[in-house]
Amino acid sequence: METKNVMIVGVGGQGSLLASKLLGRLLLDQGLDVKVSEVHGMSQRGGSVVTYVRYGDKVYSPVIDKGEADYIVSFELLEAARWMEYLKPGGQIVTNVQQIDPMPVITGAMEYPTELVEKMKASGVKVDAIDCLELARQAGSAKAVNIVLMGRLSHYFDMPEESWYKAMEAIVPAKFLEMNKKAFELGKDAQ
Amino acid sequence: MKELMLGNKAFARGLYEAGCCFVSSYPGTPSTEVTEEAAKYDEIYCEWAPNEKVAMEAAFGASLAGKRAFCGMKHVGLNVAADPLYTMSYTGVNGGVVICVADDPGMHSSQNEQDSRHHAIASKVPMLEPSDSAEALEYAKLAFKLSEDFDTPVIMKMCTRVAHSQSVVETSDRVVPADKPYEKNIPKYVMMPGNAIRRHPFVEERTEKLREWSETSGINRVEMGGTDIGIITSSTSYQYVKEVFGDKVSVLKLGMVNPLPVKQIKDFAAKVGKLYVVEELDPIIEDHVRTLGLEVSGKDKLSLLGEFSQNMVREAFGEEAKKGVKLDEQIPMRPPVMCAGCPHRGLFYTLSKNKCNVMGDIGCYTLGAVAPLSAIDMTLCMGASISAIHGFNKAGGGENASKTVAVIGDSTFMHSGMTGLANVAYNQSDSTIIILDNSITGMTGHQQNPTTGYNIKGDPAGKIDLEALCRAMGFNRVRVVDPYDLKACDQAVKEELAAKEPSVIISRRPCALLKYVKHKAPLSVNTDKCVGCKSCMKIGCPAISIKNGKAAIDNTLCVGCGVCSQLCPVGAFEEGEA
Repeated sequence: METKNVMIVGVGGQGSLLASKLLGRLLLDQGLDVKVSEVHGMSQRGGSVVTYVRYGDKVYSPVIDKGEADYIVSFELLEAARWMEYLKPGGQIVTNVQQIDPMPVITGAMEYPTELVEKMKASGVKVDAIDCLELARQAGSAKAVNIVLMGRLSHYFDMPEESWYKAMEAIVPAKFLEMNKKAFELGKDAQ
Repeated sequence: MKELMLGNKAFARGLYEAGCCFVSSYPGTPSTEVTEEAAKYDEIYCEWAPNEKVAMEAAFGASLAGKRAFCGMKHVGLNVAADPLYTMSYTGVNGGVVICVADDPGMHSSQNEQDSRHHAIASKVPMLEPSDSAEALEYAKLAFKLSEDFDTPVIMKMCTRVAHSQSVVETSDRVVPADKPYEKNIPKYVMMPGNAIRRHPFVEERTEKLREWSETSGINRVEMGGTDIGIITSSTSYQYVKEVFGDKVSVLKLGMVNPLPVKQIKDFAAKVGKLYVVEELDPIIEDHVRTLGLEVSGKDKLSLLGEFSQNMVREAFGEEAKKGVKLDEQIPMRPPVMCAGCPHRGLFYTLSKNKCNVMGDIGCYTLGAVAPLSAIDMTLCMGASISAIHGFNKAGGGENASKTVAVIGDSTFMHSGMTGLANVAYNQSDSTIIILDNSITGMTGHQQNPTTGYNIKGDPAGKIDLEALCRAMGFNRVRVVDPYDLKACDQAVKEELAAKEPSVIISRRPCALLKYVKHKAPLSVNTDKCVGCKSCMKIGCPAISIKNGKAAIDNTLCVGCGVCSQLCPVGAFEEGEA
């Protein structure tokens, strides 16, 4: 199969690590070649962070370039807009609607752009925006935003639910498994 | 078993499988996880050394004792360790020595983007360069064998995209080679002129033997495809080339970047139409190819700056880059910021308020240079804050000394601040040095250091007493302040700047992200009291913003440090959530 690309974007400290771990495990279980790339260090301190997940028969580059992403999974609305250019024509954005003010907005130098979902859609991009924080709280923990997002992404993946759960069982501690499964379901079935 | 593994973790796995027994390193992004992962194997002794030079010398000692030894560092760390490296090239080894150096093209977390291959060439030490996790594991094992077979330290060069990418590896069991008992050998190990002069010819011969080995061993491999274009490449550049061209071009993929092959390159060049080199940063392979009298293209098409990507390769070769749709909207930048509750914030606010010149250093606190604090004037390299303030004050006189401070973190102070401090104490400048003691090495992700009292495994260890150390060096004025207490900070800075002798302020409070740190409940803003004066906005806290003309606190970020409430003229910040 041709190499597919998923970008996971968000704000440093939001917990994208578990999402990329789950995705990596899921894809490896399907017998695919997988590469997952992220950046540690200075940029993690509340900055804009991005993780690249690539899979297929043979994956070479560890990074995803502009116009190449099949999916952009975003933990934060502004970050979805920032990285939108990386989406390939016909690609899908799955984003949390949560807004976290960056420093130029906090200091009042700039405004947080309004109606971003509508503007992204108006530019011809497919956007699926859901309130992951609310769904994560419903599942039992605000920290499960990452799993809610993965549940939503599964909606677009041609992969049986059991393989997601199998991957989840391999990386999530047993005591949090039920909560995470619920978060996954809520994300998957969100309206 | 097939596993998805981080490049640095795969490197550590290679150390384990090769029977490595001793690891001494200094943390530095993107190299840190090699040592952290190695420390998870009980069979390997691992430690954080105070700096890279000490780490490399410790690894040399372990090699003398007959064990396979490793030390890891980032590119700029190799500058610090260059001294032992260049002469260890002459002595060679007993047990194998492998050195990891991790470059950071694109400067994700570094102060320059130097190309470490220059060090391998200059020190005449072989350098391997993996292009993914599987090669990181395989080459780590091979590096030990090369080290012992050719009597040389071996450098393995990582870069951010190999170090911090996960790809598929297959692991195998650990095999520990027999110890090589220590034998006294003065001509080999005592590098005084009469001995070193006899070792130099050995080094030159060794390079030629390694070159011969590289030509035939398979470490460099030819992947023939279309023959109109031939590309010589290595590391992640190889991945970008294959991503773009697949089998449409022929590729000579180099796994050893020092010494570079001769015959292999000439043979490859003869089989292809036009010859190219694709390499990040400096034209090292390209220059070598040119010295062989071959016509080659490379840096005329590709940048000397930053990281490459598949689109950059596409454009360089006249192919169309992939494009997406850019949103027609001003998107505010999201630069890294000091965390909410960061103990450095209060101190930097004090320096900013007192309009100090601030000689900075390397660590999280470099973010003190960012608006609105804008409190740092200079950042050069590890330890430079203290050395530079001395020069600044000596050359500039009392006017400089009365408003200039140096700031340096606890780990950076241990790394290379102590020698600068010795210079201040010895040559007596009226310098004010502030040690930002947050009880951890923060920027690289919380590594222990000689001031924390714990070792790499988190077990109790020796603990250096900073106050006693500074006093022993001859400082009469050594004081400790809590950076959450703005009044105390202000008083300490004013008094020490006024003092006509060298002084040290230790600004002490643990990093707010440390698990053992107990935080207070988030503060809240009493909007009836808040007058919207924005005094609290001067500290650049990510948890505070202005909503509808009044201060607002993000209770998911606030840790109740209370620095903001000390700035509020009307007492609008209240303890506990609203």
